[in-house]
Amino acid sequence: MKLSALQQSYSNRRSNSFRGSAPLDSSADSSIKSPAAIFWLVLHGLCCLISLVLGFRFSRLVFFFLFSTSSTNNLYPVPFRSAVELGGAALDIPSTPSNLEFLVNKTSTGSSSSRVVVGRHGIRIRPWPHPNPIEVMKAHQIIDRVQREQRHQFGVKNPRTVIVVTPTYVRTFQALHMTGLMHSLMLVPYDLVWIVVEAGGVTNETAAILAKSGLRTIHIGLKERMPNSWEGRHRLEARMRLRALRIVREEKLDGIVMFADDSNMHSMELFDEIQNMKWFGAVSVGILAHSGNTEKDSSESVTQKKDDEQNLPMPVQGPACNSSNMLIGWHTFNSVPYAGNSAISIDDRATVLPRKLEWAGFVLNSRLLWKKAEDKPEWVKDLDTLNGVDGDVESPLLLLKDPSMVEPLGSCGRQVLLWWLRVEARFDSKFPPRWIIDPPLEVTVPSKRTPWPDAPPELPSNENVVQGIQEHTVKHSTKTRTSRSKRRSKRRHDTRVVDTQAATKHSEQN
Amino acid sequence: MNSWMWVFALLSVYAFAWRISADHNVRTERISGSAGDVLEDNPIGRLKVYVYELPSKYNKKILQKDPRCLTHMFAAEIFVHRFLLSSPVRTLNPEEADWFYTPIYATCDLTPTGLPLPFKSPRMVRSAIQLISSNWPHWNRTEGADHFFVVPHDFGACFHYQEEKAIERGILPLLQRATLVQTFGQRNHVCLNEGSITIPPYAPPQKMQTHLIPQETPRSIFVYFRGLFYDVNNDPEGGYYARGARAAVWENFKNNPLFDISTDHPTTYYEDMQRAIFCLCPLGWAPWSPRLVEAVVFGCIPVIIADDIVLPFADAIPWEEIGVYVAEEDVPNLDTILTSIPPEVILRKQRLLANPSMKRAMMFPQPAQPGDAFHQILNGLARKLPHKKSVYLKPGEKVLNWTAGPVGDLKPW
Repeated sequence: MKLSALQQSYSNRRSNSFRGSAPLDSSADSSIKSPAAIFWLVLHGLCCLISLVLGFRFSRLVFFFLFSTSSTNNLYPVPFRSAVELGGAALDIPSTPSNLEFLVNKTSTGSSSSRVVVGRHGIRIRPWPHPNPIEVMKAHQIIDRVQREQRHQFGVKNPRTVIVVTPTYVRTFQALHMTGLMHSLMLVPYDLVWIVVEAGGVTNETAAILAKSGLRTIHIGLKERMPNSWEGRHRLEARMRLRALRIVREEKLDGIVMFADDSNMHSMELFDEIQNMKWFGAVSVGILAHSGNTEKDSSESVTQKKDDEQNLPMPVQGPACNSSNMLIGWHTFNSVPYAGNSAISIDDRATVLPRKLEWAGFVLNSRLLWKKAEDKPEWVKDLDTLNGVDGDVESPLLLLKDPSMVEPLGSCGRQVLLWWLRVEARFDSKFPPRWIIDPPLEVTVPSKRTPWPDAPPELPSNENVVQGIQEHTVKHSTKTRTSRSKRRSKRRHDTRVVDTQAATKHSEQN
Repeated sequence: MNSWMWVFALLSVYAFAWRISADHNVRTERISGSAGDVLEDNPIGRLKVYVYELPSKYNKKILQKDPRCLTHMFAAEIFVHRFLLSSPVRTLNPEEADWFYTPIYATCDLTPTGLPLPFKSPRMVRSAIQLISSNWPHWNRTEGADHFFVVPHDFGACFHYQEEKAIERGILPLLQRATLVQTFGQRNHVCLNEGSITIPPYAPPQKMQTHLIPQETPRSIFVYFRGLFYDVNNDPEGGYYARGARAAVWENFKNNPLFDISTDHPTTYYEDMQRAIFCLCPLGWAPWSPRLVEAVVFGCIPVIIADDIVLPFADAIPWEEIGVYVAEEDVPNLDTILTSIPPEVILRKQRLLANPSMKRAMMFPQPAQPGDAFHQILNGLARKLPHKKSVYLKPGEKVLNWTAGPVGDLKPW
């Protein structure tokens, strides 16, 4: 802003002296009264007339082509748009000869071989001033290369593959959740392996969504179907995740394992941050416990507000650190305010609560899961020990003998890098498979109610113009009638509109 | 015995070579100027500068009248004075001095909107020279050949903002033999003397530091420019301002999505420069602009559109390797030129720009730091030493014409 203000005020100041020079020159010319001056005057008048006719400053063209020096010779015929816009004021003609003479003087007396001249130059515009698509592609390749180099220099050194574990199943909201997650994963700048475990077996619907991603996916199915109670769901999801971890062990996948539930939302910084993890890390998860809309809830929440205004539960789960950034404990979601009020089954409109510590907040090095790995630390149990666990595996912390070895990520849990959310439709909600409508749906609103008439309007001839006006007035009057009737109930208004419009149509056809 | 010596020599050579290659930093590249790494030369000990004690009406009183002079782009003259006063190169004994500095703030007579009026500057400089030539013998010894002046105005010591008037006046006759430290630089131009030192315009270092964004922010703008294309107040039809080059940029590329150009000056100007790969630095009424400094500091490759321009510290900084020169007549093909640069060349330029010594050399920080623009000026002065014997005139010999120049300049100040 400084710069443009500077420029503009500079120009303001300059304008005073600049404008001053022009009348001086013209007065000098007119005082001579020689044949040269008369000749210029006549030429001036002629050019004025021509400019009036043509609509732009014709004189400048002539003088350019006659007197211009080398640098102004490469003019395209198109560019006199700038002159065109300003119209034919011929006031400057007296000043141009002095200008050009000055130009000539300059080049003769100016320092040695200077090809840069002061004075008016043409504005060079090429014939097709639009972007060339090949060049645009090249520019994007350059930008891509530069960004890759930036990432290489300032980003993570030796980025590891991200192995994403997602349990899913076919339901109404699956397309919504999976598409969102898929788009997030497609943006991740590192190598990715997406292990999708599906309850109820592998289906074509899920496969169709995964195929659009272009990512490397491993799609496996579990025979059991998803139960309708949230408790049962959590347990099955844990088993599905363990199944995926077994795949990591079998295939000896190398990288960072993270748990991405399909309804969660991940930030891009999460993927950058987990690259800093060594063996087992934890991040802070924002819990979006979506509260239900029952009246019971709202009254209770009002009383809640009065009681614990200072102690509103922080909707965050994750590692807790002391001032020297050492892990000292865990923040878990405070579910006491929601006690007795939480959703039990998927249809409940009450709040869906998370577990104490969600799987999504943990990341682990895939080598922890391998049977034999070189520097596997001793504080990790083998994955097979979890095989026989009857109850559900609440969080991957069960894999650790020593939970204090967990690395807190995201500046020691201060950054919330992902959000947990559970939103599902009723268990009996139907949706078209793969969201393709076939057979066509039932008609809910007939198209006759649309505001435009069925027949396309005809071009009115002269006699019909009068009629047309009359019809317009007729229509106008009907409209006023209907506006008055709007005060009545909507239904009656609708029928009346239909009736009056039908009436006008009849009058048209007549 | 001999064989041992050979083995030892070979080992030492190998170790030396290995050390050099290990030092090679991937992120930045050393800038080798025309005479080696001159940017990092230390001028202290190589020259001595004597600062004349002028009455405060030439410097302090002017600054007191208008403190805006400390922040505009011509503030270099004030900061050079302050730097020299407390620098180790300063000497209080004029007999041992190699260079003499006259502290005149000639660019501090500002309009209400902040632009310097150069009309009184020639008289001011003339009266200062009259003072020093009558009070000290050093001016008459060489007629100013070992004196230097800082004249950061538009066209240097021609003391006018309009190019034609400046060319008409030429360099002030009294300054013909002195070394001029100026921001203006154009080859074969009247207002650039042989042996002048070109410096960058002053850009406030703190302001630029506060607008730095994280280095890993990806550069997603291809070409960036903010500024006027047409100076509608003084040059309504175009063609005069910037010799039509800025207008050509606008007309050719206003519809091009790769070019983020406009006259709008946003508050995120510095941040946007750090997200751009190329920053246009076209000429305006004068060929130089603070955009070059800003582009270098923010790591954006400067695209210099100004024929025959002489860039700051041109003998120390290899500008062709750092920036892209585009002739004014090639402006319509700017997109072709920029997209046809191989990516390796672009990455190399970015590495050169990332070199901290490059950024330091363009700035005038307070207090002064090694390698900054003040030191580069001193380096430039030191490179001109020792003075040739011919600059020392015989007593009584006069070379300069004290009565040359427009009549208005001869009036006392």
